[in-house]
Amino acid sequence: MRDLSVFRALLLILTVFMSHQVAASSDTTATRSTALYDDLGGHDGIRQMMETFVLNIAEDERVVHHFVNADIERFHTQISEHICELSGGPCIYKGASMPEVHKGMNISRAEFNAIVENLITAMETHDVAVSTQNRLLAILAAMHNDVIQR
Amino acid sequence: MKIRILIGAVCLSMSPIAAADFGRLLATGGLTTIEGAGGGGIVPWATLSSYAEQGQWGGTLAYNHANVRDYQLDVAAATLNYDNRVEFSYARQRFTLESLGGELEQAIYGVKYRLYGDVVYGKAPQISMGALHKKNTTFALPNAVGAADDSGTDFYLAATKAWLDGPWHRTWLANLTVRATKANEMGLLGFGGDKKDDYSLVAEASVGMFINRHWIVGVEYRQKPNHLNFADEQDWHDVFVGWFPTKRIAVALAYTNLKTIAGAPEQSGVYGSVQVTF
Repeated sequence: MRDLSVFRALLLILTVFMSHQVAASSDTTATRSTALYDDLGGHDGIRQMMETFVLNIAEDERVVHHFVNADIERFHTQISEHICELSGGPCIYKGASMPEVHKGMNISRAEFNAIVENLITAMETHDVAVSTQNRLLAILAAMHNDVIQR
Repeated sequence: MKIRILIGAVCLSMSPIAAADFGRLLATGGLTTIEGAGGGGIVPWATLSSYAEQGQWGGTLAYNHANVRDYQLDVAAATLNYDNRVEFSYARQRFTLESLGGELEQAIYGVKYRLYGDVVYGKAPQISMGALHKKNTTFALPNAVGAADDSGTDFYLAATKAWLDGPWHRTWLANLTVRATKANEMGLLGFGGDKKDDYSLVAEASVGMFINRHWIVGVEYRQKPNHLNFADEQDWHDVFVGWFPTKRIAVALAYTNLKTIAGAPEQSGVYGSVQVTF
């Protein structure tokens, strides 16, 4: 009996997760809060963090070959704008859609993860709180399918 | 055996030949269960061990030790993962009966196949199915208490999902596993018995929260079947802390409650696990 109630408690925890996720996703569509943008340090904070991110990529032999012909200045500006917009900041990302940008690049699942690791390292370098990191990562992880193997 | 495994693990982890690409994110390989399969401590998860992604090879070596009131369990295990699609595992369990004297041993050969999804990406969970073939090499005692066979195969289906931005903006992980088994006390007391000589369906679950990407705290639950008349089998629980300092090393420490085993009550104690990934 006691064992079953433990199992039920675990199921209850699972149910709470699910409802939390549903609530979280409806949040983002209803109101556009600038909280994440602010927690990332606003315009300057994001630009600085993205600079570290770009430098991390430049030193990462797993993925740097995708950027050999890229205009690094432009990439830095575009990705900073995109993160600004995604985090609720007052920017409009004017670049191409994610599937278009990555078309023909054939980015593997492992390379996508390497990029994520470079971003996490950049956030850690800039002392971004774990809770803030997770909010940004969740937004970017949703683009996984639009980026890989295009 | 412990020393030899650890030396082997250290050599492997330093050898450039064995260097894999580690194409998955930290902690997504999980730990090594006491049955060898990748997962938590007592529950196999849908995740495949090591950090091998598509087209990559990876593997782990692990040593687990549980110390409860009347028993000790030692497990040496190895896994191999290709393509983040299929995992092979091998484990040797030695169960020491401290108060009664004697040992029970078995070997476990495992295979796990990822059917669908990715634990981190997408809305759906990662789903895998697996089999654990177990061979008890100390069948005299299991036989004497009513076990029917010295070997058996468990089949399981597991679903695992991570939420990067879960409650309190922490990354959470949940796993549900359903297993068909004839094993008594995992197989240490043989397979099938005088009470029931058929498969039982049991449910297992794990829930964990990453404090940051290196530390996870969680709970596990494992339902157990009842095939022997001589003693009731009881469900297992544990509360664990996992530490992933790098992709090479994972360490877990748990407080485990295995309750009454073979009639001896209050078998709670500590569980520790060290895993090296290559």
